[in-house]
Amino acid sequence: MSWNPESKLNGVAVLLGVVAVWEIASRTEVVNPLFVPPMSKILRSFFTLVAAGDIPAQILTSMKRAAAGYLLAAAVFIPLGVALGLFKKIRRMLEIVIEMARPIPPPVVVPVAMLLFGLGDGMKVFVIFFSCAWPILLNTLDGVKNVDRVLIYTARTFGVSRGRLVTEVILPAASPQIATGLRISLGITLILVVISEMVGSSDGIGYFILDSQRRFKVDQMYAGMLSLALLGYLLNIIFLLATNTLLSWHRGMTSEEK
Amino acid sequence: MAILEVEALSKSYRQAGGESTPAIQEISFQVDQGEFVSLVGPSGCGKTTLLMCMAGLLAPSGGRVVVKGEQVAGPPRNLVLVFQEYNRSLFAWRTVLGNVLFGLEAKGNSSRDTEKKAKHLLGLVGLEGFERHYPWELSGGMQQRVAIARALAYEPEVLLMDEPFGSVDAMTRLELEDSLLKLWKELCTTILFVTHDIEEAIYLSDRIQVLGRRPSRVIGDVVVPLSRPRDQLATRADGRFMELRNEIYRQISGDGVS
Repeated sequence: MSWNPESKLNGVAVLLGVVAVWEIASRTEVVNPLFVPPMSKILRSFFTLVAAGDIPAQILTSMKRAAAGYLLAAAVFIPLGVALGLFKKIRRMLEIVIEMARPIPPPVVVPVAMLLFGLGDGMKVFVIFFSCAWPILLNTLDGVKNVDRVLIYTARTFGVSRGRLVTEVILPAASPQIATGLRISLGITLILVVISEMVGSSDGIGYFILDSQRRFKVDQMYAGMLSLALLGYLLNIIFLLATNTLLSWHRGMTSEEK
Repeated sequence: MAILEVEALSKSYRQAGGESTPAIQEISFQVDQGEFVSLVGPSGCGKTTLLMCMAGLLAPSGGRVVVKGEQVAGPPRNLVLVFQEYNRSLFAWRTVLGNVLFGLEAKGNSSRDTEKKAKHLLGLVGLEGFERHYPWELSGGMQQRVAIARALAYEPEVLLMDEPFGSVDAMTRLELEDSLLKLWKELCTTILFVTHDIEEAIYLSDRIQVLGRRPSRVIGDVVVPLSRPRDQLATRADGRFMELRNEIYRQISGDGVS
C-alpha cells in the first residue's frame, strides 16, 4: 500500500468512477434496479442505518466475536509456532497432523462447531479460531525455523542463555513473518465471522445482510456489504500502521533493498 | 604465556552416504597473550570450521581447545567471534548503539554508564554520531565496524575474526586494517585473525600459521619481523614484506603439488 498522495488521489478518482458507473447502470436499467439499486439509494440507506445505530450495533456484535477468535488464535498459535520452529522433534511429530488439518476449508468446520457449541458465540469464536490457526502457526514456525544461522551463532558467541536467545534474537528476527501470518488471518477472520453468522445466528452483520436479502430489503443488504468493505479497509490500515511502527526497522530495511 | 592452545584438533563431517570426510586434521598451535596471530590458507580449507570449534559453537571430532587453561566445551566467557557476514550478524531491529549495548548486556553490565561505554566504543571505531542509525542505513565497512565495536563491548580477552574484511571493497579494507591495529594496541586484546589474503595477514600479524589444503593442517609457522606501528605504504614496500609473501605463497601452493 502506497501513501504517495498522487497515487492516493488517483485511487479515489477510480473509486468515484466505479460509483458513477454503478449509479448510471442502475438508473438506465442496464442492470435490474430491483436487484442492483442505484448507489445513491444504497448510500442513503447506509447513512440512515448508521445514524439509527443498526449497523454499528451489528458490526460491534460481529467484531466482539471476531476479536475473541482472532486473539485466542494468536495467543495459542504464536507460542506453539515458536515451539515447533525451535524443536525439530516436535515439528516432525506434528507435521502430518498439521498438513492434514490445514487443507480443510474453514467453512467446513461450521457444522462441527455447531454440534460442539450450538448456535451461540462459542461456535463463531471456534470457527474463527480454527481458521486463523494455520496462517499464524505456519508463518510463525517458518519465521522461527529460518532465522539466520549466523545471527544465532553471533548471539551464542556472546554467551547468551537459551531463554534470551529466543526472546532477544529469534523472536525479533521472526517478527516480520509472524506479522504476515497475523495480517492474513485478519482477512480470514472477517470472512468466517460473516459465514458463521449467516449459517447460524440471530444477530451480527452477517445475519443482517442475509436477513435483509430474505426480506427483500435489497438496499439494506448492500448497505451491510458496504459497512463490511469499509471495516475491512479500516482494519487493514490500522494493522499496517501498527506494524509499520513496531517493525519500522524491517520496513526501512526492505524498502532500502528494492 | 599461551592464552589460547589448540591441541590436535580434528573435525569430520558425516556425508550423506555415512562416510565421514575430515575438514581439519590434527591442528595444533598456540597464541600468546596480547599476540596478533593470523591463519592463512586457501579458500575452503576449513578455516571457518576451525574457528567455530575454537569458539565452542561446534564440537570437535578430536583434540581440544584450551582458553586460559580451561578446555572449551561451549562458548567461552572470555572469547568472542566476529563473522565475515556483517549484514547477517548484526541485529537489524537494534540501532547501532543497541547492537553495541548487546555486547555489554551479554557481559552482565547493566549499570547506568553502559550507554556511555557503548558510545565510547563507537567513537573508537570511528562511528561517532551514528548511534541512532540502523545497521542497514550504513555502508558495509561501517557495518563491520559496528560488529567489531559490539564484540569489543563484550571485553573479550581473545577476539576471533573470520575473514572480517572479506566482503568490503579494497580501500575500505585498508582503513579497517589500520583501525583494527589501533584498537588492538589500545585494548591489549589477543587477536586470532583468519584470512585467505596473505598480504593482509603479514600486514596485521606478529605471527602467521599457514594452513594447507583440505583436510587442513598447519604447514608453516611464520614470524613477522616487521616493526610497528605499521604503515600501508612503507610496510608493504619493505623488502622483508615481499620475501614473507613469497615464502608463504610457496608454502601454500607447494602443498597442493606434494
